Amino acid sequence: MAAHGDDLKVTQGVKDWVGRSIPRFEDAALLTGRGHYLDDLGVPPGTLEAAILRSPHAHAEIEAIDCTAAKAADGVFAVVTGADVKALTSSLVVGVKAGIECWPIATDRVRYVGEPVAIVVASDRYRAEDALDLIEVRYRALPAVVDPLAAAAPDAPVLHPGANGNVIGERVFRYGDPEGAFAAAAHRVRVDVRYPRNSCTPIETYGVVAEYDPAEGAYDVLANFQGPFSLHPVMARALKVPGNRFRLRTPRDSGGSFGVKQAIFPYIVLIAVAARIAARPVKWIEDRLEHLAGSVSAANRVTTLEAAVDSDGRIAALAWDQLEDCGAHLRAPEPATLYRMHGNLTGAYDIRHVKVHNRIVLTNKTPTGLNRGFGGPQVYYPLERLVQRIAIELNLDPLEVIRRNLVPAEAMPYRTATGALLDSGDFAGTLEAAVAEGQLAALQARRDAARTAGKHYGIGFAAVVEPSVSNMGYITTPLTPEERRRAGPKNGAQSTATVSLDPLGAVSVQVASAPQGQGHRTVLAQVIADALGLKPQDVRVTTEVDTAKDGWSIASGNYSSRFAPAVAGAAQIAALQLRERLARIAAAQLNVPAAEIVFADGRVATRSNPDNATPFSRIAAAGHWAPGTIAAEIGQTIRETVFWTPPQLTAPNEADEINSSLCHGFIFDFCGVEIDPMSGAVHLDRYVTMHDCGRILHPAMVAGQINGGFAHALGAALYEEYAYAADGSFLSGTFADYLVPTTMEVPEPIILHRESPSPFTPLGAKGVGEGNCMSTPVCIANAIADALGLAEIDLPATPAKLAAHIHPSETARPGRPQPVARPGKGERVLFGEGRAQVNAPPDQVWRMLLDPATLEAVVPSAHGIEKIFDTYFRADVTLGIGPVKGRYRADIELSDLDPLRAVTLSGSAEGALGFGRGSGRVKLEPNSGDGTIVTYRYEAAIGGKVASVGGRLLDGAAKLIIGQFFSALAAHAGGGKQRSGVIGRLLRLLRRKA
Amino acid sequence: MKPAAFDYVRAESIEEALDVLRQEGADAHILAGGQSLVPMLNMRLAKPRIVIDIMHLPGLKRIETGGGMIRVGAAVRQRELERQADLGTQQPLLAAALPWIGHAQTRNRGTVCGSVAHADPSAELPLVLVALGGEIELRSRRRSRRVAAATFFAGMMSTDRKDDELVEAVRFPMARSGAGYAFREIGRRHGDFAIVACAAVVDAQRAQLAVGGVADRPVARQLPLPGDPALEDALDAFAWDLDARDDLHATATYRRQLVRQLGRQTLEEAARCRA
Repeated sequence: MAAHGDDLKVTQGVKDWVGRSIPRFEDAALLTGRGHYLDDLGVPPGTLEAAILRSPHAHAEIEAIDCTAAKAADGVFAVVTGADVKALTSSLVVGVKAGIECWPIATDRVRYVGEPVAIVVASDRYRAEDALDLIEVRYRALPAVVDPLAAAAPDAPVLHPGANGNVIGERVFRYGDPEGAFAAAAHRVRVDVRYPRNSCTPIETYGVVAEYDPAEGAYDVLANFQGPFSLHPVMARALKVPGNRFRLRTPRDSGGSFGVKQAIFPYIVLIAVAARIAARPVKWIEDRLEHLAGSVSAANRVTTLEAAVDSDGRIAALAWDQLEDCGAHLRAPEPATLYRMHGNLTGAYDIRHVKVHNRIVLTNKTPTGLNRGFGGPQVYYPLERLVQRIAIELNLDPLEVIRRNLVPAEAMPYRTATGALLDSGDFAGTLEAAVAEGQLAALQARRDAARTAGKHYGIGFAAVVEPSVSNMGYITTPLTPEERRRAGPKNGAQSTATVSLDPLGAVSVQVASAPQGQGHRTVLAQVIADALGLKPQDVRVTTEVDTAKDGWSIASGNYSSRFAPAVAGAAQIAALQLRERLARIAAAQLNVPAAEIVFADGRVATRSNPDNATPFSRIAAAGHWAPGTIAAEIGQTIRETVFWTPPQLTAPNEADEINSSLCHGFIFDFCGVEIDPMSGAVHLDRYVTMHDCGRILHPAMVAGQINGGFAHALGAALYEEYAYAADGSFLSGTFADYLVPTTMEVPEPIILHRESPSPFTPLGAKGVGEGNCMSTPVCIANAIADALGLAEIDLPATPAKLAAHIHPSETARPGRPQPVARPGKGERVLFGEGRAQVNAPPDQVWRMLLDPATLEAVVPSAHGIEKIFDTYFRADVTLGIGPVKGRYRADIELSDLDPLRAVTLSGSAEGALGFGRGSGRVKLEPNSGDGTIVTYRYEAAIGGKVASVGGRLLDGAAKLIIGQFFSALAAHAGGGKQRSGVIGRLLRLLRRKA
Repeated sequence: MKPAAFDYVRAESIEEALDVLRQEGADAHILAGGQSLVPMLNMRLAKPRIVIDIMHLPGLKRIETGGGMIRVGAAVRQRELERQADLGTQQPLLAAALPWIGHAQTRNRGTVCGSVAHADPSAELPLVLVALGGEIELRSRRRSRRVAAATFFAGMMSTDRKDDELVEAVRFPMARSGAGYAFREIGRRHGDFAIVACAAVVDAQRAQLAVGGVADRPVARQLPLPGDPALEDALDAFAWDLDARDDLHATATYRRQLVRQLGRQTLEEAARCRA
């Protein structure tokens, strides 16, 4: 990295590289297109490409899969279905005891839109996708459950027949005396919250290159997996090989992960099996449609939180009721989202009595997994909304309520009621500093002025503890103490780092962390340079992980903000241990005691006589060139691997107390928002975010983490939602509907700092990358609630939602009937009605409706209409709007026949672009003259790809097509004017049948 | 997200493009800037057998003014029109609307006629064309014809274009003296599809408002002049007549309210801008 050396202004005698914003070693490659991303790397000769057929249904039995045509297609090497995967693997481990399995591909039924159903392996991705269209799957639709409360109801359709309902985990916890505290409380204040589904959607999607060596019985996989490597044994067990026959490697660079690339692991299993069946290496790169619909999501949660409060606003007790929606399968390490914050359920507050009722429910949505903030937003949203409600209901200043409840500085380290050990910090002092430096008083004056001018302006606050370095033991909290006793203790956060010296004395560092853009190589170089008296550019860091060669543990990987506090600390320990031995070699050469040796400026010198020195490289190389001269008690000085786990991370105890994380940063945010009275859009006027993340290793990267987390959080607050219709159709299938804020929408927050080093980490650092995902959504929501005087507000706070509180209520249109009742929020069911004038008497129209020849005539693209019986037809039809065309298999049924007067047309259609079903009542009335007036009312549901990617246009398209059917009918009967060409599109009518 | 196989024809003349359209009809699709078609190809929503690239035809690359019209050929990119000198005086409505189309990057590729031919109900250029009473020039091997914007847009992504016809150019009327023009839009993010977009033309006698993003096509209506007390009821009736629907991003009620408020603001701005 010589290029960097020239850029670095190296000052002789600088004591510490850590704490300075040196240029990142990663950037030259990344900014000049030389990043080593998975998709850019070479693959073994003969590598094939995979494409995945995914379910268009939220819930359906798979009655049959016919792969004959796909297997025969040009360039296809294998078609893999659930049965094939089941034959070669076992179910992925499920984290609760509920009698359910977790397969990476549908085996007998599909449970969410986007679930893998089959994999085609072909010579290239184009041919693989061509073959996907040739796979015939026959589904039998089942009722879907989307809402977590509905899914938890006793009579809900059950996703996994082996389970006793959809609630697959339930635990009640008590800490202190919550009942007594509530009984004695002057006030009870409560919030009800539905936290939505969203995700951090990295630019780079999942990618896997897998190979199977039949001679060795071993899998070799390259994937942009981010960890935790506790999933390595999960994958090895699923693939039915010992861990040493499942080699997993990660590339150098990542196009972002934010937790999301944890959930690639089911795909690693799938592609590994596909490679085994195809007997060739197989590569799969997830595309954006797959990623949004089928990869992973943060968990949505329904929470009721109640506080026992005294008249001063002091909170004596909390009662949590959390219903966690983990989607269709419980994938490891879930239900961790629900338990990652378990030690922190009291946030930044000193609250001694806590009651918790936790339930985990499965629904017909994408399975959940790691996501920036993991569990934090879901906890802090109700907690900080509650604090605002306490202030309002007790007529107190919200800031004062926060102040009165913060954990006092003198209590540090502080054990929370639920078991976390808050390591350090002066929360109250940090808050006051933020109020002063962030100029809260000026913001309040702005609010007052804006309100005087009639504007909707509000201020919100949030105080948050940001946990980092997860205790691997917390994932056993959902088990009862007795279940844990049987399973054996799980705890710790084993971090790994290796420092090596080569024959020229150059230093290399390797960590098992899989960076996602956090600048591991730069920070590690700073840390090691400080330890060994070198310059950062003297240190070469590699971050590719190879489970066959590297030191790693189940805690390895890049998650829970563990790099700076744990991984960089482990690297420092390795370097210091090596330095200690090198000092003894140098001491012998320089004839001084080892305690006299200092490492500085690339030299090893004696403290009292700096001229008595030798180059670092000479001492460092000694282990290679002259091991015989090194005293036996010093040992080798070539490579030092350190495993570090903090003693504070113990397993959950008998009282279910769990120190779920090692470090706890503190964040205090406040912001001012103004709501546009016409559009309801939120303008973020000023956002102040104060962080205490312990010792700062690289200020610019800390700022980068805060800005990035803030942008994600702003998306969660105002824009982003993985939305599902009531029938389980996925509605956010492209970035036109899943709205990620761009640079135009993200203002720059004002970032402030305090530094309270953690006493528990080698460098004093704590995590910082996730905190704003925890604090910012609720801070913005509190400001909006303040602006509009709302007691309840759920995210995302979209303009249409907020405008409903501002706009005058709409009166029905004067002189017209009430509009047709609208379906509920998010319903994908379409309703409509219309009429057509036909120049033929009702009896003739009636005969036409019952005649398949009519269908053939008005749907020119119908091929081979088949009359199954008198009132039941089947046809292949080509349907479309504009250029969007697809071929569908349609079933049409006539029922409720009221001859010459009315008939119900029901139908369904299924094709590569999706499916639809619906029904409509058609009525015939003679008009004056010899004609007929045909009126129709229909309801229709559409799912699959068209619903996922075309939601914005769907209603209009359906209306168009159904209307076209009846104008075509009218034209066929000799009435109305019909433009040529339009009938051809008349298409979907058949699937939704008007 | 890989397209199905298709044949690519790089038309060397307009006649060649028209021949292919005549032979292949609905199985052929014109490729201009590709900002809508290419994603639809990649998502396999569209699977044309033939794609005809017209971007190399010099005859289609011209922006011409004359006869009170700005005529924009089929291969003119949105950004080229946006950067046309004097566009702000030639047709201020066009100048005001163009920056609302997607992003600078998509305007660098997307064409004016492509957007009109695609007929997305939220698109800005069809809205402007309808507001101004512009025309679409269609050409096939059989004939050439001009269609008024108000009849060209037939519904959701549906137009009066026949399968063998090419949108050869669109014609925007130039600014009239005494008329004021204004454009306003509300979307979720910068560059998003409009939830409601309004284009207004106001002169001493008449006020016309066109609304996009609500009905299945852009719709224009004569309304009372700003200041006339009848405007409020007329806007309310217009809002109801557009038959707004709910979608993921906004309710029908919200859209109607925006038509009333944004519509009035747009008309008032146009009135203020009268030359």
